[in-house]
Amino acid sequence: MGTLEKHLRERRDSGRKLLMPYVTGGITDDWLDVIRAYEDAGADGVEVNIPFSDPVMDGPTIQAASDQALRRGTTPRTVLSELRGLDVSIPLIVMTYANIPFRMGYRRFVEECIQSGVHGAIIPDVPYEEMDAWEEAVGDADLDTVMLASPISSDERLAKLTARSRGFVYGVNVLGVTGERSEVGTWTADLAGRVKQITDLPVVMGFGISSPETAAAAAAPSDGVIVASAIMRLLLDGGSALEAGAFVADLRRAIDGL
Amino acid sequence: MTTTPTAADSIMGDVPDGRFGRFGGQFVPETLVGACQEVEHEFRDAWADEAFRGRLDGLLRDYAGRPSPLTLCDRLSDELGLRLLLKREDLNHTGSHKINNVLGQALLAQRMGKERLVAETGAGQHGVATATAAALLGLDCVVYMGAVDMERQKLNVFRMRLLGAEVRSAETGSRTLKDAVNEAMRDWVATVESTHYCLGSAMGPHPYPFMVRELHRVIGTEAREQCLALDGRDPDVVTACVGGGSNAIGIFSGFVDTDAELVGVEPAGGAAVGRGVPGIVHGSTSFLLQDDHGQVQEAESISAGLDYPGVGPEHAHLAELGRARYESVTDGEVLDAFQLLSRTEGIIPALEPAHALAWVSRAREELAGKTVLLNLSGRGDKDVAQVAEILGEL
Repeated sequence: MGTLEKHLRERRDSGRKLLMPYVTGGITDDWLDVIRAYEDAGADGVEVNIPFSDPVMDGPTIQAASDQALRRGTTPRTVLSELRGLDVSIPLIVMTYANIPFRMGYRRFVEECIQSGVHGAIIPDVPYEEMDAWEEAVGDADLDTVMLASPISSDERLAKLTARSRGFVYGVNVLGVTGERSEVGTWTADLAGRVKQITDLPVVMGFGISSPETAAAAAAPSDGVIVASAIMRLLLDGGSALEAGAFVADLRRAIDGL
Repeated sequence: MTTTPTAADSIMGDVPDGRFGRFGGQFVPETLVGACQEVEHEFRDAWADEAFRGRLDGLLRDYAGRPSPLTLCDRLSDELGLRLLLKREDLNHTGSHKINNVLGQALLAQRMGKERLVAETGAGQHGVATATAAALLGLDCVVYMGAVDMERQKLNVFRMRLLGAEVRSAETGSRTLKDAVNEAMRDWVATVESTHYCLGSAMGPHPYPFMVRELHRVIGTEAREQCLALDGRDPDVVTACVGGGSNAIGIFSGFVDTDAELVGVEPAGGAAVGRGVPGIVHGSTSFLLQDDHGQVQEAESISAGLDYPGVGPEHAHLAELGRARYESVTDGEVLDAFQLLSRTEGIIPALEPAHALAWVSRAREELAGKTVLLNLSGRGDKDVAQVAEILGEL
């Protein structure tokens, strides 16, 4: 079992809801301080985005965060090299689109992730039908590939993608792209329940989490939440790493109260 | 009847696994995988269904005006020292080849019970064709178009709205075709239960490159029969412009098993086959203009319809096999060709097929005495205002 999965299972099994905030690598000069602030605020892992020019699963906020990072000269290598030596103890999961590792070469990308202390990868435009080459490149490296489950995935697809997923299963709360929503819909409990019936991997829900209330609503029927756009909006508006951390601490309190 | 597969069958035949050699695939988010599989399943069923084929053939004939003629260009042939035949897709209803694909996909959407079409458009030709088919079949229609393209193709924006479609502007990135595709995919992820994505080129995730090629195969099939009727033989060269590559794949499909040389012509500022390297964007692996880090680069072309940094995966495969070759031409050469065809034949071409003519004109020595079939994929009315601005007073 990979480091990421072991860590998340232990925390989940201790009765804790998981909280995984996201940061766009290179969005600001002090983006590593944002990760430190997440850890201080009680995050259980951090999703680190390697920005891509054409993020088709992302709404306007993450697009703007990606654009800002790219304009600052961010590349896959700058993100991964800056992560080296980062002094946090919670696991890091990279999230990016297929062309980024494809261009570098899957094998090389996996090696760079390992050297940077990354323990998981999320590549939303590589469904399990297309993942053989990626899995082969990962081999027995300590890098868990996290699969996304959609509210409209069939039972057959959920079984197959869950079987290929490592670390946790990323449940998507909505039909649509990333971005803040005012409420969590009925799909969340339905999908979390369906996935939990077929696996004991942690099931963490993302997309649309905008507030302590929505975080609590999505964490209740699942094992935890991923939060991205709400924090990236805060940073895009000039918010500091400490303010990002304070927001994550609010989310922590909300899901600990469940 | 059983026939032994030949090399040609395997080149532009069925694509059971969505692969064209090492290109193609279905690189889409989980939410869209089921939808792509449904489109493939329904298309294969429909394509084998005589009633569906009859309905589509009827619309292509009685509504779109097929077959499109084959025109021998006497004056221009003399001027260039070769024999030029034009496949007149410009004479189809809505003014381009795009209607072939759109009528097929709109009928398919109806068959799948979808009530809404979403599409991307560059020059507006695919958007106009989609809006037209939606009006014909009573479907809702939303077309995404880059903000830059909305400005340079105002007339087509008005046309789409007149036809009852909603045109939404893509304001991100280069604000051209690539960004319109991004927005259309984002729309589809959110609306997939009620909406069919009517993709306009032979690109995107499987089954689109295969399906769009099959829906445009009619161009090649007709042209081959027309060439045989006219000359009793196949042309020496078949050429077409390539952005995503739908008109080219349609006409190539009729000649891939002949000795004709196949030549795709890309804009110099968007030559994905010529200057790209393999990459994954918009659902498939193909040649792609990108930087060393995998960020997609912005194409730059006078023609909004070819202003795209990628290319359909089957073109990448044909190029790698050496069955087709790909050339590129500059905006200046295109403007010259645009005027040349207008002046010598009384045909104002769209800027997109003017690329193919620009190559024929430049390669006239190599082509001397040969019969060249050019797919005139669209008419130039939409481009006249833009060209007038560039050229000023004639």
